[in-house]
Amino acid sequence: MALGKLFGRGKKEDGPSPEGGAEDGQEPGRKGGAFAALRRGLSKTREKLAAIVPIGRKLDEELLEEIEAVLIQADFGPITAMELCDQLRDAYKGKEFSSEEATPFLKERLVEKLGQDTSLRFAESGTSVFVVAGVNGVGKTTSIAKIAKQFREEGRTVVLAAADTFRAAAVDQLGIWSERLEVEMVRGREGGDPASVVFDAVEKAQELEADVLIIDTAGRLHTEKGLMDQLSKIGRVIEKKIPGAPHEVLQVLDATTGQNAVTQAQAFHAAMPVTGLVLTKLDGTARGGVIFPILDQVGLPVKYIGVGEGIDDLQRFEPERFVDALFD
Amino acid sequence: MLDNLTRRFTDIVGGLRGKKITESNVQETVKEIRRALLEADVALPVVKQFVQRVKEEALGTEVIEGVDAGQHFIKIVKDSLTDLMGPEDPEIEWRKKGPTIILMAGLQGSGKTTTCGKLARYLRDRKNRRPLLVAADLQRPAAIEQLKVLGRTLDIPVFHEPGLSPPEVCERAVKEAAGKGCDTVILDTAGRLHIDAELMGELKQVARRTEPDEIFLVVDAMTGQDAVNSAREFNEALELSGVVLTKLDGDARGGSALSVKSITGKPIKFIGVGEKLDKLEPFHPERMAGRILGMGDVTSLVELAQDKLDQEKQAEMQQKMLEARFDLDDFLQQLGQLKKLGSVKDLLGKLPGLGAQMGDMDIGDDDMKSIECIIQSMTTEERRRPEILNTSRRKRIARGSGRTVDEVSDLLKQFKQMQQVMQQLKQFQQGGMFGKLKGLGAMRKQLKGQSAHEIIEGMGGASATATLPSGGPALPGQNRPAAPGNSLFGALAGQPPAAKATGKARPSKDAIRKKRKQERSRKKKNRRG
Repeated sequence: MALGKLFGRGKKEDGPSPEGGAEDGQEPGRKGGAFAALRRGLSKTREKLAAIVPIGRKLDEELLEEIEAVLIQADFGPITAMELCDQLRDAYKGKEFSSEEATPFLKERLVEKLGQDTSLRFAESGTSVFVVAGVNGVGKTTSIAKIAKQFREEGRTVVLAAADTFRAAAVDQLGIWSERLEVEMVRGREGGDPASVVFDAVEKAQELEADVLIIDTAGRLHTEKGLMDQLSKIGRVIEKKIPGAPHEVLQVLDATTGQNAVTQAQAFHAAMPVTGLVLTKLDGTARGGVIFPILDQVGLPVKYIGVGEGIDDLQRFEPERFVDALFD
Repeated sequence: MLDNLTRRFTDIVGGLRGKKITESNVQETVKEIRRALLEADVALPVVKQFVQRVKEEALGTEVIEGVDAGQHFIKIVKDSLTDLMGPEDPEIEWRKKGPTIILMAGLQGSGKTTTCGKLARYLRDRKNRRPLLVAADLQRPAAIEQLKVLGRTLDIPVFHEPGLSPPEVCERAVKEAAGKGCDTVILDTAGRLHIDAELMGELKQVARRTEPDEIFLVVDAMTGQDAVNSAREFNEALELSGVVLTKLDGDARGGSALSVKSITGKPIKFIGVGEKLDKLEPFHPERMAGRILGMGDVTSLVELAQDKLDQEKQAEMQQKMLEARFDLDDFLQQLGQLKKLGSVKDLLGKLPGLGAQMGDMDIGDDDMKSIECIIQSMTTEERRRPEILNTSRRKRIARGSGRTVDEVSDLLKQFKQMQQVMQQLKQFQQGGMFGKLKGLGAMRKQLKGQSAHEIIEGMGGASATATLPSGGPALPGQNRPAAPGNSLFGALAGQPPAAKATGKARPSKDAIRKKRKQERSRKKKNRRG
């Protein structure tokens, strides 16, 4: 269903309209469709790449440097950007070069990098457990609400667990969503032990025979050893109750984050093996290029992208579409 | 990163003592600086400008006889960074009549609401103000609730009014502040993605209606290249007066500080260094420069040590170390002192060159506990003269401390290495190398007006013995392999790590780069074939 909507709406946005975001106001994406929102968000990179790769330009060091600059400004990081440019340089060394070749070449490389399995893993029977983690302020709770809504629309029963017992009012935020979405939520006391909330939530989900249990964890900086250990503990509690769980561990990543995202991903992956990333806030001017160094260095695929504040603005990640939006 | 930079430059201009730095001999280093800054998330246009500036400054200067060329260059880089991010300016423009109004703006998730709470606390406790927090974030579910909880925790009033638009809420709060006995109003606005014209308009309206004295932009230190875009747009829409940088308690290098300062020209006022409400500090450009370069925060460490350590005991220890009569009892005491400074990890993270590698090291406080147990199971005589520890004594100690004999032996082996290092230090000292060893107080004074290379030198020398028996392994410019101290002793004693102390040695950055290069050329070959 979501796909049909994407395709249908995407067509309207043929001409690039970078400023179009303004008119959408509070709910970007509603009018233009999620893909359009993504395109709008990524429009600056796109325009720049288009501008510097005009037809007939020679592939010289100057041009390569400009391409590298665009990639760096999209948060690809100096190493990944340099590597891509090296590949471009090698591939076209001594050949006549035209812009029509450069873009597909880079696109192909990037899709290749992204081309990992982005499907979600569910339990063969019984409750599937999804854990959502990340540093503070990346949009974990909102992403959970969006995922829960999609699951509900797909006909799955959902239970939410508010295991963020640290931040003031975090539980209330998820609580508001659970009321809006009319799904069951298990909450703990503020300052209580998150692992015990998770324990209760797993029992509740099993009792209700829910299809999916989504666990919201407190935002934590990856350098906080105590909090990262707590995350590992949550993992152990889940595993004990349901062997093979959690089925998905999604790390939410703010698209505006720079190279520190790589260290973040490494740390979370070490605490609780991450199965995929959720890249949020792509509707700003940030491009989220940091997913490439993360892929290079940690090997985590992206599973969802968030392109707006509206409840429907979270979509499943599709490598081609993402890369197309970066370039076309 | 920093060690790489320093070494690299030393390699290149090492032979140039007393000669001038020229275009050709800085080229390579400049490239490294560019990369270092990009890795630290400084925005590309800012990097370009900066690199140009450093180059101009370095060109034509002389590498002074007796000064390490790499350190000379790093000093230029660090000074320029400090210069550009400064000056220090944590003051707030207080209104003479009526309440002072501070508007907080920023992107979603940058930490605005928490920062509002921290700022309120800071102003009340340090500046003797009576703040009122205003919940004007009607966008995020439960944002008002969050601020209310913060207010309750801090015992600071929170203003909110259901049914009104954000500009109306703010306007009314300002009007009612005086009546509530408040002289400072802090407006917590909704987080926004800056392309969102409607919310941006709302923010402008808040500013128009309340005429704030200060408008602070809250910026997440982990932000990447986009930091410049958002800062520029906020600065164009609102007349910003300052910046608060948050989430610096993580390991982000915080290059966005330089970007935001360069783009807006507005001072960075405060930094957030933890989720707890007392974790707001005035911004120090010099420390930030060190952080961006991966130099560690030596000044803070020295301040901390000054604050918490027993000075007399330290002086005595230092003397003992220098005379190489430091025994296990002293070591035990030293551990006790060390614990006062916080976790080992925090501490080592502040040392230059070690910060980035801390992730892998993980010297747990458990290790310290274990060492303590072992030493405490020894007799006084054994502590004083570890050499008498034969097998049967070791067995007894292992039983007493609940450790294995191997662990006891490892500890003794490492202690012995440490003693050897001290022996060397003693010889050094006799050779006059430690002439300027002056103890902590003097150290600190020295540090304040010191340049980068002097600090580094200081760390390698004076402070290594003055604060704690540490320092050496990864210090830049020391011409030692930059291997992280893998064992506690290694790190403490300035000794390259004992082989398998806590396992996993990490390949140096150079080795990684070499490997990558090999891989690349291999791939290249494959493609051609």
